[in-house]
Amino acid sequence: MKTTRVIIVAVGGQGNLLASKVLGEAALSADIPIRMSEIHGMAQRGGVVESAIVFGDARSTIISDGEADVLVGFEPSETLRALNKCNAGTLVITNLSPLMPFTVNIGKGVYPDLKQLQDLIGAKTRKLIAFNAAELAKQAGNVMAVNMVLLGALIRTQTVPLAADQVKTVIHTKTKKAFTEVNLNAFELGFSAAAQ
Amino acid sequence: MHKLLSDQVGEKLLLLGNESIARGAIEGGVAFTSTYPGTPSSEISLNFFQMSQESDLYFEYSTNEKVALETAAAAANCGLRSMAVMKHVGLNVAADTLMTLAYVGVKGGMVVLTADDPYMFSSQNEQDNRYYGKLSGLPVLEPSSVEEAKDLVPYAFDISEQLQEPVIIRTTTRINHSTAVVTLGPMRPRTVKGDFKKDSLNLVTVPAVSRKLHVKLLEHIQQAQGLSEKSHLNFTEGDGAWGIICNGVSHAYVKDAVKDLDIAGKVKILRIGFSHPMPASLVKGFLKGCEKVLVVEEGEPYMEEAVKAFAQEDQNTVEIRGKGETLFSRLYEFDPGMVRERIAAYFGIPYSRPAAVDVADAPEVPARPPTLCAGCSHRATYHAVKKAVEGMETVYPTDIGCYTLGVLPPLSMADFLLCMGSSTGTAGGFSKATDRKVISFIGDSTFFHSGIPGLINAIFNNHDLTLVILDNGTTAMTGHQPHPGVDMGLIHLNGYGRLSIENVVKGLGVPFVVKIKPYRVNKSIEAIREAVNFKGVSVVISEEMCVLYAKSLGLAKGKPFRVTEKCKNHRDCLSIACPAFFVWDGKVNIDPDLCTGCAVCAQICPENAILPVKAEKASA
Repeated sequence: MKTTRVIIVAVGGQGNLLASKVLGEAALSADIPIRMSEIHGMAQRGGVVESAIVFGDARSTIISDGEADVLVGFEPSETLRALNKCNAGTLVITNLSPLMPFTVNIGKGVYPDLKQLQDLIGAKTRKLIAFNAAELAKQAGNVMAVNMVLLGALIRTQTVPLAADQVKTVIHTKTKKAFTEVNLNAFELGFSAAAQ
Repeated sequence: MHKLLSDQVGEKLLLLGNESIARGAIEGGVAFTSTYPGTPSSEISLNFFQMSQESDLYFEYSTNEKVALETAAAAANCGLRSMAVMKHVGLNVAADTLMTLAYVGVKGGMVVLTADDPYMFSSQNEQDNRYYGKLSGLPVLEPSSVEEAKDLVPYAFDISEQLQEPVIIRTTTRINHSTAVVTLGPMRPRTVKGDFKKDSLNLVTVPAVSRKLHVKLLEHIQQAQGLSEKSHLNFTEGDGAWGIICNGVSHAYVKDAVKDLDIAGKVKILRIGFSHPMPASLVKGFLKGCEKVLVVEEGEPYMEEAVKAFAQEDQNTVEIRGKGETLFSRLYEFDPGMVRERIAAYFGIPYSRPAAVDVADAPEVPARPPTLCAGCSHRATYHAVKKAVEGMETVYPTDIGCYTLGVLPPLSMADFLLCMGSSTGTAGGFSKATDRKVISFIGDSTFFHSGIPGLINAIFNNHDLTLVILDNGTTAMTGHQPHPGVDMGLIHLNGYGRLSIENVVKGLGVPFVVKIKPYRVNKSIEAIREAVNFKGVSVVISEEMCVLYAKSLGLAKGKPFRVTEKCKNHRDCLSIACPAFFVWDGKVNIDPDLCTGCAVCAQICPENAILPVKAEKASA
């Protein structure tokens, strides 16, 4: 089976690990080989959380620079920071709603211009899908559902070997009952957003 | 029921490497487990902790790794299958025990799990713990995948009982923190009560006994050598004139590289999973017929040195390479692309890596370093210390925990750090060697772990220092594990003791002890000033529960604050680097979703412009 390598980058607290888990469980139930790895030691301290998800016939659980087929960024500056994982054929999906790093708040850095960021990523990769996932998550009922919005967008691109129904079943069975409806709404909104 | 206690043999679960290891221990009939938490090993013991609450598995969070190893060693000497879990540097703490435990040996199977951290994602060094096998004489096993990590544990218990020696399982972060589909196997029944047979001539390591025991250990190493030669963990794959010897996660990268480079017919691979003792005959046989050999291993040239020595014994002059300027580094972790590239270069395979996106013209992305949480009490303590010592020449030895993040500006409250507990020992040295005021910081869990001897030393040798104990009621950094000072009632567990840090410190005879509530800014500054001015050893205990832990227990009562129009933009509030603050349109704001209501900023503001969200609304 063809190998598909997906990187998800996020800021601690954005629910990156849950998104990876949903993909992993969906792959398990669909009998698709999957391996994942994550660096999350500082997740609760506002640092960057990176997950690597490898579908198909590969043993490695991490993804080298330039070798991601898909990059999903939960925060625009983090998407830009992870651009070295991409090559000219990579599909990039990003949320456009910024979470200011504290360094910017205290004047120790400048947040990149969002227009410039999109032009740059769009020019260097196969395709960029960019939208305000936080807004869609709010529409779905909870701003915390950014992860499910982006999961919906990822599935719509058909770059990973999973169908929407397989993922939705997992959201139904494996995410917290109180959030199931919001999560499914968020997934659908993201799925639609990636259609253009 | 805990998912790792499932008796559904053949069931497939998506498991984290650390969950897979914990399940492996259960399948191996482990009865007694102990740990001191440390990334990347912590989830193994978290799962033991959870399972111990719904089964007859014994688990304890021990005071430190040395004690964890000792409790498990005693259990194994009563015939129980036991396992001690720690991060790589934890084995340094336990090394004294380990070295002589190898002489004494065990009756029941015993596994010592050590989790190395190449690249130091969350550690102070990247030492290669395979050398502990060589140093102690104990067998070392290494998994190459999440699935294999499970299966390794019952095997380790079996050979431990066969050899009557503990067995070391050495993992790396990319095993511990990777996830894959694992198939559950049968669970061996647990024997939870053992018996101790007195045998002082073999179990009390006075010199006359140890002289005999060392002979026995060498015999055991010989037997282990035989096991390693035949172990299914050391195997050859493929056939060809090029040889690759690899271990751990490198095996996965090598397998992928052989496929990607399409060289399956040209290369044979020797995977070493039983790495101490190294299988000499197997390696010698592998080297025969090889044109050239590449050793692929993260960390130190542990296998490379052994393989070269074996070749020399055989007078085999085949070229063997591993570490080197154009090959592999001893630094950091490997990745699939790097291994593929180096294999191609070494064997002369035409290959060029697909180009990564050129990011040279991308705007610089502002750093996002991990930081103390909004409302973290450590921030409040650091602010108070800073104010109390204004104008003094200071040195701040620090220790290992969340509070180490205070090293970053603008707090900049950490000057020296070696390892767990080093804040108290080094403080004494600084106080004698300089005229600076020494104020060292240590967390509650780290204090119990290894901070106390340094404090005793300071009292005896009459050092002049102030020790600030940051007591947030939990082991926060690694995920809120208990320690001897916590109230286990808060998590609805009874049958535990509880130590008061204040009593410990006073009992040691510290002449000046004061407790502060760090959210009360001015009172804290005053108390710290007094402690710092005391000549001799003084201790400040700063008590406030970790805000994340309080939230998880439903004990966080704070209400968010906001910056009102009284703000004159002094920006004193920004000096404490709370991530709830942001500057928008030149004005300081507080994110109400992040603010926990600690009110430290409100006490710092010279205009009293920071008020509770509700009160301010009510008065408006």
